[in-house]
Amino acid sequence: MPDDKAFNGRRDFLRKTLAVIPAITVAGYGVATTVASQAAPTLQNPYRPRFFTAAEWAFVNAAVARLIPSDANGPGAVEAGVPEFIDRQLETAYGHGNLWYMQAPFSADAAPEFGHQLKLVPRDIYRIGIAALDRWCQSQHGKVFAELEPAGQDDLLRQLEGGHLDLQDLPSTLLFSQLWQNTREGFFADPIHGGNRGLVGWKLVGFPGARADFMDWVDRNEKYPFPPVSISGERG
Amino acid sequence: MATTLKPVNAVVVGFGWAGAILAKELTEAGLQVVALERGPHQDTYPDGAYPNTLDELTYNSRGKLFQDLSKSTVTIRHGIDGTALPYRQLSAFLPGNGVGGAGLHWSGVHFRIMPEELRLRSHYEERYGKGFIPEGMTIQDYGVSYEELEPHFDFAEKVFGTSGSAYKVKGQVVGDGNPFAPDRSDNFPLPALKDVHSAHLFRKAAEEVGMHPYAMPAANASGPWTNPYGVQMGPCNFCGFCSGYACYMYSKASPNLNILPALKQSELFELRVNSNVLRVNLDSDGKRATGVTYVDAQGREIVQPADLVIVSAFQFHNVHLMLLSGIGKPYDPRTGEGVVGKNFAYQNMATIKAFFDRDVHTNPFIGTGGGGVAVDDFNSDNFDHGPLGFVGGSPFWVNQAGSKPIRGLTLPPGAPSWGSGWKQAAKDAYTHTLSMDAHGSNMSYRDNYLDLDPTYKDAYGQPLLRMTFDWKENEYKMTRYVTEQMRKIAEAMNPKTIAVHVKNFGDHFNTRAYQTTHLLGGAIMGSDPKTSAVNRYLQSWDVHNVFVIGASAFPQGTGYNPTGLVAALAYWSAKAIREQYLKNPGPLVQA
Repeated sequence: MPDDKAFNGRRDFLRKTLAVIPAITVAGYGVATTVASQAAPTLQNPYRPRFFTAAEWAFVNAAVARLIPSDANGPGAVEAGVPEFIDRQLETAYGHGNLWYMQAPFSADAAPEFGHQLKLVPRDIYRIGIAALDRWCQSQHGKVFAELEPAGQDDLLRQLEGGHLDLQDLPSTLLFSQLWQNTREGFFADPIHGGNRGLVGWKLVGFPGARADFMDWVDRNEKYPFPPVSISGERG
Repeated sequence: MATTLKPVNAVVVGFGWAGAILAKELTEAGLQVVALERGPHQDTYPDGAYPNTLDELTYNSRGKLFQDLSKSTVTIRHGIDGTALPYRQLSAFLPGNGVGGAGLHWSGVHFRIMPEELRLRSHYEERYGKGFIPEGMTIQDYGVSYEELEPHFDFAEKVFGTSGSAYKVKGQVVGDGNPFAPDRSDNFPLPALKDVHSAHLFRKAAEEVGMHPYAMPAANASGPWTNPYGVQMGPCNFCGFCSGYACYMYSKASPNLNILPALKQSELFELRVNSNVLRVNLDSDGKRATGVTYVDAQGREIVQPADLVIVSAFQFHNVHLMLLSGIGKPYDPRTGEGVVGKNFAYQNMATIKAFFDRDVHTNPFIGTGGGGVAVDDFNSDNFDHGPLGFVGGSPFWVNQAGSKPIRGLTLPPGAPSWGSGWKQAAKDAYTHTLSMDAHGSNMSYRDNYLDLDPTYKDAYGQPLLRMTFDWKENEYKMTRYVTEQMRKIAEAMNPKTIAVHVKNFGDHFNTRAYQTTHLLGGAIMGSDPKTSAVNRYLQSWDVHNVFVIGASAFPQGTGYNPTGLVAALAYWSAKAIREQYLKNPGPLVQA
C-alpha cells in the first residue's frame, strides 16, 4: 500500500477512534464486544473492498481525501467511510449499470445535452479510469496518484474536472464526475450504505437526517436545535 | 402461443391516478374491471414505512419508485433530421413504475387550470389577433370548458384531501387565495398548509413588489381528512420526504392511499401487477378494440379480452401504446397530417436561488411537496402579452418540498466545487438558502412530436418511443421575461446573493438536468379528428371503445402542474362513459 498522507490521516483517525473504544464497551458480558466493532470497520477489522483492487483502493482513498478533506470544519470523506460506500455501491445494480438503459448502439461523440451515451457503467468507469489515470501519473511523475503530494493530487483533480487530461480510454470528466458524485453521496447518504460515519456529513451542513417530523418548526426563523439521527437510530 | 383469458367488461392499462379513477368509476357503474400494472405492488406500507423510507440515496438518487429504464425508455433528438439517442439515465424527468404510478412519488401540487387555457388558441386570437401566434406553433383548444370540468375539479380535490385557500366561491370573495383563480363551487376540503419560513419570506417580498401571493393548493393534508370513498388521511408533519417517496404519514394523496383501499372492497375489481401491456388488440377492420395482450411476470403472453379498453398509463406510454397498436393515424411533422404523437410539450423552468446570512434560517429540510406560496401575476394570460410578443406565462413560487444534501445542496456562485472551500461553503449555505421557481408553460409546435424510434428497442423487442423536442424562440422569450419579474421578488428579500438559472437563447433541451416530470400531449383532445387523437371525452376518434386518459390529452403546456387537470379529465371522461357510452356504445361525438 502506498505510504501517502491520506492513508496516514486515516490511520490517525482510526487510532483515535480505537482509543475511545473502552468507553463504549458493552459491560457485563465478559467479552469486549464493542459498538464500534459492529458499527464500523476498525484497525483489527478493516473494511476489505470487494470490488476495488489494492491499487484502486489506494487511489479512491487518496482522491476522496482531497475532494472532501478532513480540516478545521471536521472529518472528511475518508473518515466518513466514503471509500467503503463507493465499493459497496459498485456491487449493487447501480454499480453494474443495471438501472440504466444500456442497449447499443452507443455514441461516443453525442452532444453533452443527451447525457451518458457510452457503454461504460460505474464499475467500468472506476476500473478503466483509475488505471488510465495512474498510468498517466506514472509516465509524467514516476508515481501513481496516491503517491503524489496533496498539492499535486489537487492539481490533477482540477485537470480531470476541467477535461484537460487525455486519458485515452475514457473522458477525464467522466471519471471526475463519477467520483465526485459518489463522494458526495457517500458523505451525505444514510450510514446504512457505509458512508457518513458518525453522521459527519449531516452535522457539517445541519441536516437532521431521519428526524422527519417538523410540525413544531414549520414557521420558525431559528436554527433547528436537534442533532441528526440515522435510520438505524444512531445520533450525531 | 398466447393464453386467452375470460373476457371482462373493461381493462385498465396502467394504475396511476388516471387508472385508479377510471377503475373506481367503472366498478361503481357495475362493470367488471381488470387493471394491468406493469410494475410491482407497492404501498405506503411497507414501501413508504418509517424509518426506511427516509433514505435519499435509495429513493431519490437511485430512484427506487421510478421507471426502470433498463427495460424501457424513450429516445430523444432535438430536430426532425437528427438521430435520437436513448434517455439512458433518469435525470430530466422521472416517470413512475408500479402500483400508483408517478402518483405515489409525486410532490402533491394540485392545481386546476385557468379557463382561458382550455381554449388557448381562440383566446389569443380574440385578444391579440390571429397574427400573434407564431408560425409553427400548433396550440389548440381542448374542446371542453372550465364550467364543464368544475364539478370534477371539486370532486377530485375532495378525493385527494387538498389543502388550500380559496379566493372566490360561487361568485363571492371568501378568502385570501389566488385572485386570478376562477370561480369555485366549494372551498378547498382543508385549510392551507402553514408557510415555511422561506415561503413566508417570499410572501412578504411578493407583496412589497406589488404582486398577489397565495398559498399553493396541495394534496398534502393540513389536517385529518376522510375522503368521499371513506379513506382517511393524517396531517402532514412537514417531514420533507414527498417527491420521490411514498408518504409515511398518510398525508400526501396517492392512488394507493386515496382510491385503492375503496376499490379493493369491490368484487368487480382485480389488479394484476407485473403485467406489461404490449398492445391493444383490434378487430379485423380496426374500428373496435377486442382487448389487450400483455406479458406477465413469467414472460408469458396473455390476451385479456374486454369490451372497453382504458389506456391510462403515463403520458408517453399512452402515446407509445397507441402507436404500437395502430390506433389513430401517426403524426407526420413534414405534412402536418396525422394525430398520434402530435403536440408533444413539456414545462419550461427557471430557478432563482437566494443565499442569506446566518441569521436567516430557511431550513430547507422542512417542507411539504405541494405546499408553498405562489404568485400568478405573470401566469397564463393574467398580464398583457401584446407588447411582449410571446405566448404563455408562469406562476412563481417557493415550493420548499424538502431539500436533502445529496441532491438539494446548492452553493452560491463562485463557491469552490470541491475541497476545503467547498466544505466551508456547504456548511455556510445549506440551512440559509431558498429556491424559487418560474414554472413556465411550454407551447406545442409542428416539429415537437412523438413517434416510434427506428433503432432502439425495449426489453420486449418493441421499438422505443422517440421524442423530437427542442425549445423555441417563444419559450426563451417567455422564460427570460418572467424570470426578470421573479428576480424582483428575490431581490426584495435582501439576500446576500442570488443565482439565476434561466435558459439562454439557443440553449437546447438538456436531458441531464431535472426539469419536471410534466410531459404532455401526443394523444391530444379536441373537436376535430383531423387535429386531435381523442374527442372531448378522451375517446379515440378511430376506435370508439378505447379511451385514452392522462396528460397525453393536453394540446399544449400550462404554467400549472398537470395532475389536477388529469384527475378532472379522468372524472369527466368517466362520467361520459357511465352516462352515455355504456347505454349506447359508439362514438360520443360524430366526426
